Parts: sequence; C-alpha cells; structure tokens
Amino acid sequence: MMKNIVLCGIGGQGTVLASKLIASAAMSKNIPVMSAETIGMAQRGGNVFSNLRMGEGVHSPMIAKGQADIILGFEPGETVRMLPFLKADGVVVTNKRAIMPTTATLSGFHYDADEMIDYLKTRVNKLHVIDGDEALKELGSSKVLNIVLLGAALRTKAIELSEEDIICSMEKMLKPEFMELNKKAIYYTK
Amino acid sequence: MHNEFMMGNQAIAMAAIAAGVNLVSGYPGTPSSEVLETVAKKRLDNCYVEWSVNEKSAMEVAAGAAYTGARTMVTMKQVGLNVASDPLMSLEYIGVKGGMVVLVADDPGPISSQTEQDTRTFAIYSKLPCFDPSSVEEAYQMVIDAFDYSEKYHTPVFLRPTTRVCHAYQSVLIRDEEEYHLNSIEGFVKDSKKWVIFPRLSNINHRLIEERNDELSTVFSSYSANKIINKDSQKLKAIAASGICYSYVLDVLEEIKTEEIAVLKVSTPFPFPYDLTRDFLKNHDEVLCFEELDPVIERALDHQCGIEGISCKVRGKLTKDSIRSGEYSIDLVREKIYNYLGLELKEDKASVNPPELPVRPPVLCAGCPHRASFYAVKQAMKGKKTIYCGDIGCYTLGNAMPLDMVDTCLCMGAGLGIAQGVNHIEPDTVCFAFVGDSTFFASAITGVVNAVYNQADMTLIVLDNSTTAMTGHQPHPGTGRTMMGDIVNKISIEAVLKGIGVEVVKTVDPLDYELAVDTVKEVANLPGVKAIIFKSPCIAIVKPNEPYKVCQGDCINCKRCINEIGCPAIFIDNGKVTIDNSLCTGCGLCSKICPVTAIRKAGEA
Repeated sequence: MMKNIVLCGIGGQGTVLASKLIASAAMSKNIPVMSAETIGMAQRGGNVFSNLRMGEGVHSPMIAKGQADIILGFEPGETVRMLPFLKADGVVVTNKRAIMPTTATLSGFHYDADEMIDYLKTRVNKLHVIDGDEALKELGSSKVLNIVLLGAALRTKAIELSEEDIICSMEKMLKPEFMELNKKAIYYTK
Repeated sequence: MHNEFMMGNQAIAMAAIAAGVNLVSGYPGTPSSEVLETVAKKRLDNCYVEWSVNEKSAMEVAAGAAYTGARTMVTMKQVGLNVASDPLMSLEYIGVKGGMVVLVADDPGPISSQTEQDTRTFAIYSKLPCFDPSSVEEAYQMVIDAFDYSEKYHTPVFLRPTTRVCHAYQSVLIRDEEEYHLNSIEGFVKDSKKWVIFPRLSNINHRLIEERNDELSTVFSSYSANKIINKDSQKLKAIAASGICYSYVLDVLEEIKTEEIAVLKVSTPFPFPYDLTRDFLKNHDEVLCFEELDPVIERALDHQCGIEGISCKVRGKLTKDSIRSGEYSIDLVREKIYNYLGLELKEDKASVNPPELPVRPPVLCAGCPHRASFYAVKQAMKGKKTIYCGDIGCYTLGNAMPLDMVDTCLCMGAGLGIAQGVNHIEPDTVCFAFVGDSTFFASAITGVVNAVYNQADMTLIVLDNSTTAMTGHQPHPGTGRTMMGDIVNKISIEAVLKGIGVEVVKTVDPLDYELAVDTVKEVANLPGVKAIIFKSPCIAIVKPNEPYKVCQGDCINCKRCINEIGCPAIFIDNGKVTIDNSLCTGCGLCSKICPVTAIRKAGEA
C-alpha cells in the first residue's frame, strides 16, 4: 500500500536522517521507496523538507498537495507551511517549539508557536503535539529530536513500520555508542 | 547486481564506474557536485578524478584523456557549461576516441543558480547528442548507454539530469564489481589531420556531424528509453513528456486510473526521434507537452507536424497552455492534466486561511567570517560613495539586511570586471570587488590581470575561508588537497596577486575587527589596483570557540548587535537580547559592536 510521508523543519534539525532511517527500514522489508529533499543554499537557516514515498505504483519522489498520509513537523510554523500536502484524514505529528528566523528578530515580526498549534488543532483531527524540549531535557541530549518525533509517528500507525524496524536501520547507520540513547528516544513518547 | 538506495548523483557516479570510466573531472555546482564526490569515494584504481580549477579546464582535461581512448566524464551545473562552452563547441568538430559523457545538471526554478538555461537547447546548438533521464533508476542505465553511444559515434554526449533527478533517492539495481566494463586504452596516436582543428577540417567534419545526427535520430527512435505508453489508446488527446515531468505524468495517471491515455516519453531530445513520434502525432488530434525550461519537445513535434503535413495540435509553452518559466511541480502537472481531460480536481481543504508564517531566507551562518569582512568594509567606508561588486558563493548572502553589502552579482568572477567598468565611468566612486577563494582561482585571476594592465582604480577583497563552502566544502588549489587524496603545495593567493603586479596586498583576519577596519581605510585610499585578503576558515570546517553570552545586568537593550550584523545566533527572548549558545561559534564580532561591552565570553561573564 502506498504511503506518502512529509518531514519538515529547519536546516540542521535532523529531518534527513529521520527520512533515511524510514527509507532503510522500508527497503529491508522489500517495500520500494523514493525520496527527495532540500539541498544547497536553502539549508543555511532556511526551511527544509523531505518527501518520502513508499509502496507500489510510485513514479516520482514528489508528493502532490492533499496526498500525504502523515506530516512529521520539527517546527510548528513549518508544519503549518506543509499542511496543504496533508490528506483529508491525514496524521500530523509536530514539535511544539518555534524557531525564530533572524529576519523576524530584525523586522520585529511576531511569531508565536501557540498560534500555530491552535491553527493545527482547528484543521487536523489526528494531531499529535510533542514537547520536544521536555523530551530532550529528559533524555539529556539535544541531538535526538528527530528520533523522538519518529517514534511518536510510528505509534500513530500511519507508517507501516515498527520501532524494531527503525532500530534495525539505526544499527546499520548510527555509531554503536549512540544506539542506547537513540533507542530510548524512539520509545520516549507514549 | 544488487539493490542500493541512492541519490541520483550517486547512481550516475556508480554507473560511470560500472561503464569503466578512466577519468572524471569537474567543477562543483548545485545540483551536480555529488557525482564527482561519489566517484572519488568509490572509484577503482584505474580511474583518475579531479576537481579542476573551473569547468573549462575540466572539459579540456576530459577531452585530452578521451583522445587517448580513455572513457571520461566531466561534471558541472548548467551555468558551468557556459564556462566550458569554448572547448566543447570545438571538441564536437574534432570528436573523441574513448567515450566521453558531459554531465550537466540543470536547475529549473532556479533553486540555486543564476539562470534557467536548458542544456537540451545547448545540445541542439552544439550538435551533441543529449540524454535526459526521468528517474534515478533510469539515470543509472542511461549513463552506461551514453558511454556506448559516445564511443560508437566518436562524439561527446550530454547527460542532463535536473535537480529532482540529481537529488532524489531511489532503490537502484546496480552492477557488482565483476560486472564492470573494463576499458582497454590504446593511447594517443599522432595524426595532425584528425586532432588539429583548422577551418578545412571543420568544414568537412560539420557535414559528417549533420549526417551522423540524421542517423542517430533513426537509431534513437528505437532506443528503449524513448517510448510510447498506452500506444493503442483510442483517445484523441495524448501527452508528451520528458525528464522528471514524465514521472509526474505517470503519478497523475496512476491516480486517474480509468483514463488510458497515450504518453510519449522523449529521453533523447537531440537528435530527436522523429521516426518514433510520426505515428504518435498522426494518431492523435492533440498533444499536451510537459517539459521544464525550454519547449524543446514541443518545438520538435510542432516542426514535424509542419514539414510532414500532420494535422495534430501540439500544445505547451509556445501555445501558453503551460508555464514558460520556473520549475514544474507535480501539482501543476496534475492540474493541467485534469483540465486537459475535462476532469474535476477536488480542492484540498486541509489549509484554509493559515496564520502568517515567518519567511526564512538563507543567511550567512552564525560566526561566518564573511559577516565580519563585510562589516569591516562597511564601517571603514561610512559616508563614502562606493560600489560593492559581489560574486558567486556563500558571500552573495552578504546582500541581506542589515549588512546590505552586495550591490551587484552576475556570474563567477564578474565582480572584478563590473567594478572596473563602473570605475572608468565614475572615477569618484570607490569601487570594491568581493570574491571567494575558490571563485578567485576559478575565474577572477584574468579580471585582476585586466585591472592591473588597464590601470583601473579599485580594491579587491578576497574572502578566503579555505574551502568551497556553498557547494559542500570541496577542496581547491588554495587548500593543498586533491580528490586523489594527495597533499600538494597550496597555491598562494597573495603570491598570485603580487605576481600579476598588484603592489599592495594585505592579508588580515577579519575577526580582528579594529585591524580589519583600519586596513580597509588605509588600502582603499591608495591609487590603482590593491587587494585585501580576509583570511579566516569557514565555521563548518573548524571547531567552534567558546560561545559568547549577553550579560543581562549590563545590556542596555539598544539592539545594536542585532541591527548591525544580523547574526542568526542573536535573538530576542522575553524582550531581552539573548545568544543561542548552540549556534554561537565564539567569533566575537558582536562583542566588538556592543557599546557597553555587555557581550562577553561565557566563561568571563
């Protein structure tokens, strides 16, 4: 069955690794995968996205509007930005913490995370808001936001992969010394 | 054979290796850079690889190797092809002995380029055969085919993927090492009638090139990547597509399902496979074309209808049925196909009246030494009539507010020439040209020679961060590292400038703020061509220093640090100026600007 996944955030938040872990897990189950992501100039403080498409009948790596089964948002404003891609009954998993762009600091543009979350609540039935800051504090590392969010996404069952599938991919792609932390991170949310 | 999940550019590199490539040269440029980087990582011992100083050098190196019978590939982005076009235009008249693939990545949008030029059009102009892959998987096979055609017809050939193929990932069936082609190289055989270009030789070879391309048009008509799907569709409307647009068309048809519509896929836009397209045009009343950049397929089909008297209406960019600039999205293709077939497209309801979202334009990184360099020049030149001619690289981002230090930017190395031109007309303007270290070697040296020879009055600022930062930190002649893994003598920018005859060349650390400002004041006042090399490594290639913090007790909240330099590590938190210590690299520039020295190293606070 075809699954379209949008991951979005700000350059440096780890969207690309999360996307690669999902792709690798899907491939080891012989599910065809395609993906595309932002590369280059836009990475410097800009918003980034990954499109990931799994299953038969997928021809291009890009997801059309209204076709995403799940949006995995690393930043609430970016989640809102990608919302047009969500299916009518799609799932949204989003981090709560807003990241202020430099231009907003300069222009005095006010940007409020709560406003974003409130908007998402009015538009999305299957919304899961994750307190990433709290998670990272408890886990004692600023590097595992991507894995915490990915774990939460798996629990929604919108992606047909299990925590164990992702852990198998992690074992292939991460250094052994980071495994324990990342395993904790993937099971962090309930 | 085995399956691997890889980026398009990695697949292209692995295919070149599987095709027995012996030499790969190139110059970095998004979206092409990962091809050569992958070759460097995965190459066998029989393959030489280099980042050349620019695309022209890369093209000539690859041509020379191909003269010996070696299989070669040269990589660049579309604007790089402009730099390499001089050798390439002539090379087509001479031809090659070993297979030679010219990999040019096009950038519809453009997403990270100056132009939206189409290498397929360049193929028509230069008469080189051109292959245009529609997916990562297809790109892999096409590279192998391209080498075979190149070698068989003794011509360099283009492979022109676009961003969405270069940077897409897909599972690809790739060859194992024992299945790689092994190329036997004869060596260069002297024959001045063959290898020395003269008008008479060009006249003879031009005729042969035209005949060969006629033959290739026929050959490509049965090339497997050119095809018609749903050939027997009874519908009078059909679709033609190329590149990633073909994949978008398939996705949309997958969604519509009930519609069996004929689709022509053109993977060799030049020479155009007219024998394949003839019956397709005859069998339909109307063809809607989906192709990014120029209307290459549309023109060829329309042309065929005209000269062969076929009454099919070809629609696309020329008929304004599709957009004529910018990248095509799956959504655009979807909307156009639904309209074309008279189907109703359901509105998406998920996002109605979204709140205002912050714009996130790319900015210079926190701690980027370019910020300090620009700021020093800005402070030194306060109140003077100036022009700041920028160039291509991360430092183009110096144009953003509040720095606002890039008045012009044209193409690689152009800042020098622009500064000279302005100087000759407006002698009272203080003219600056800013150029990065990699761009300096690539295409600014001739500009300096021109300035010195022609007695211009200008200041060259070399922003030397010891890497090619924008495209992913490739080495260059000033770094002393090659793609073969050798450590070689670094070419000194200062020595080059002095050798040309620039008498005043100062090398300064831009993070030494007072010295940087004083140096600019002193040097800019001198007559003639003079240079300042601001030398400080890119923050991405060195370990950060201890971060700074704002001592809230001392801060008077004047926001000078924010309003003057626009560092992304400085922000307002609950009304107070704050430094994000995960972003701060400890460059200290903000501490030099603070009027009350409230910004100090975290340890001193």
